[in-house]
Amino acid sequence: MATQSKKEGMLRELTPRPLPQGNPYKPMAATVVETIQETGNIKTIRVVIDDPEQMANFKYEPGQVGQLSVFGAGESTFVINSPPSMKDYLQFSVMQAGEVTSTIHRLSAGDKVGVRAPLGNFFPYEDWKGKNIFFVGGGIGMAPIRTIMLHILERKKDYGKVSLLYGAKSPSDMAFSYELQGWLDNPDLDCHLCIDNPAEGWQHKVGLIPNVLTEIGPKPDNCVAVLCGPPIMIKFTLQALEKLGFQHENIVTTLEKRMKCGIGICGRCNIGSHYVCIDGPVFTLKQLNGLPPEL
Amino acid sequence: MSITRFVKPEGLPAFLAHLSKDARVLAPVVKPADKRSVVFEPWKEGKEFTLEKATVPAKAAVLPQCETLVSYRKVKDKANPQNVTLELDDTPQAETTVVFAARPCDARGYVTLDRPYLKGPIADPYYKARREKLTVITLTCNSGCNTCFCHWVGGGPSSPEGSDILMTELSDGYILQGITPKGDALLEGSGLDDGADRFKEMEDVRKAAWATLVKAPNLKDAPAKVAAKFTDVDFWTRETDRCLSCGACTYFCPTCYCFNITDEGEATSEKGGRRLRTWDNCMSPLFTREASGHNTRMEKALRMRNRVSHKFSTYPENWGTFSCNGCGRCISNCPVSLDIRQIVLDAINADKAAK
Repeated sequence: MATQSKKEGMLRELTPRPLPQGNPYKPMAATVVETIQETGNIKTIRVVIDDPEQMANFKYEPGQVGQLSVFGAGESTFVINSPPSMKDYLQFSVMQAGEVTSTIHRLSAGDKVGVRAPLGNFFPYEDWKGKNIFFVGGGIGMAPIRTIMLHILERKKDYGKVSLLYGAKSPSDMAFSYELQGWLDNPDLDCHLCIDNPAEGWQHKVGLIPNVLTEIGPKPDNCVAVLCGPPIMIKFTLQALEKLGFQHENIVTTLEKRMKCGIGICGRCNIGSHYVCIDGPVFTLKQLNGLPPEL
Repeated sequence: MSITRFVKPEGLPAFLAHLSKDARVLAPVVKPADKRSVVFEPWKEGKEFTLEKATVPAKAAVLPQCETLVSYRKVKDKANPQNVTLELDDTPQAETTVVFAARPCDARGYVTLDRPYLKGPIADPYYKARREKLTVITLTCNSGCNTCFCHWVGGGPSSPEGSDILMTELSDGYILQGITPKGDALLEGSGLDDGADRFKEMEDVRKAAWATLVKAPNLKDAPAKVAAKFTDVDFWTRETDRCLSCGACTYFCPTCYCFNITDEGEATSEKGGRRLRTWDNCMSPLFTREASGHNTRMEKALRMRNRVSHKFSTYPENWGTFSCNGCGRCISNCPVSLDIRQIVLDAINADKAAK
């Protein structure tokens, strides 16, 4: 699957990963097959690549991102948040924020879009074999967590205890609401849900993610913590994980900065000498500590 | 010994005419205005040109200010109008080009661009197509000027890096020296007189050019020293106090290569539109602003920190060499006279100043 990703000249090794075929700037024409209004401002778009051969041969790893474009509006980066085993479609869950995402929110089945993928590195799930995994997803940050979590659950026998803490502002802000009961009932998954403030009929935890995490108190031994969410949640969740005793190499996050080219050239997503689009988006806290503080 | 040819000044138009038979020739042309400038323009027979150092480098030969990456349009099946397909055309536009009378700093600029554009995880097909069709004829500098500093950053007034042919002004004309096989072949087919007997004189002129340069400080520690200043925001705030964030430094730079990708024209019509790549400017606060409003380089100090770090610390970390070639255009074109040399020297000497 992996394509060689280092050529002469660059002084840094990149993890081999699946890469876009052909011209990296040319999107694959694709068609929206389904949209799901997840919450007031999150919409899931499922697309199928128009060329059946390209669709059948499309390979990616969990955590890799794609540039989803609506022609005329432009393109933006989103994680492919369906697991690689899903061969029927590619899924992107998009929070409405700017011009491109607003246009994406207006898409419906049958509309034409463009997809440039797969881009970036992926979650190092091979290295996690035999370990417990604690996933933490906050708001739209649940999108990449969903991909890797489903991927891990498909291979549960290779891993120890798998836990999830998924938090959102309120029950109506929880994306993937139709999947939550299944996750709660799944014997392979220790699933915790939380919202910021009490709400009528809410059966689960209440509180901010870092506090709820501290309350659950996952043991750091032989455990990897994988988190994604808004910057403020990341900041305090990292502190909570450190207090719980997690080593920096066992804390993994995925950064999605503003990107244009997606192949390490255009100069927007760099943190010091590293580019989120080729060195990331997945980083351990240990790796981030080695980069200049420019998040 | 390499292939050499000699041409008198009055023979240059004929040489350009010869070149333009098979290629677009970009030559420096004077643009009179309130502020006179010299820019590279396609040359055709009879057009005036100059051998002055251009105000704007010939970067656009490989990286145009604006280019179409993909044109898109919807195509309806007439028999079955519900059947709509998306037509995407991504053919690179590249024409055979000769850049005539670039300077060594600009020619090295192409080599600086080659690394990220050709040697990263994926080569850029548009850049590659134009680069492969490019021949660079460089006029060596017979003297330095007060803003240029190629010799600080690994170059020199007759550095051959990035050039196919080096041309040097002698007392009564120009000697052209083949540097690459492509350059040799061009000279062999040029019909110009052999220049071997002027080789010694050429070497003397080039050597004399070095003698006109000010002594270069040692920048060996620049990557580490500039990186060490990263978290000293006060330093960058001080250094960029008068910066206007106009971006002139990036637009005039032969090695600034950041770009934006935007769409022009809706795809809902059968007329379609284009996905464009345009030069971008890291001095603009919009450059890194995200849809959420989050912006890692909100202040101009952090933006200049990124620019200087890229040239002197992070590009070297990735590719082993500075990405500044010392052409000095960011200095000579800065409306408030910011000087990148001074910023780098201040970073290097910061420890000494503190003591």
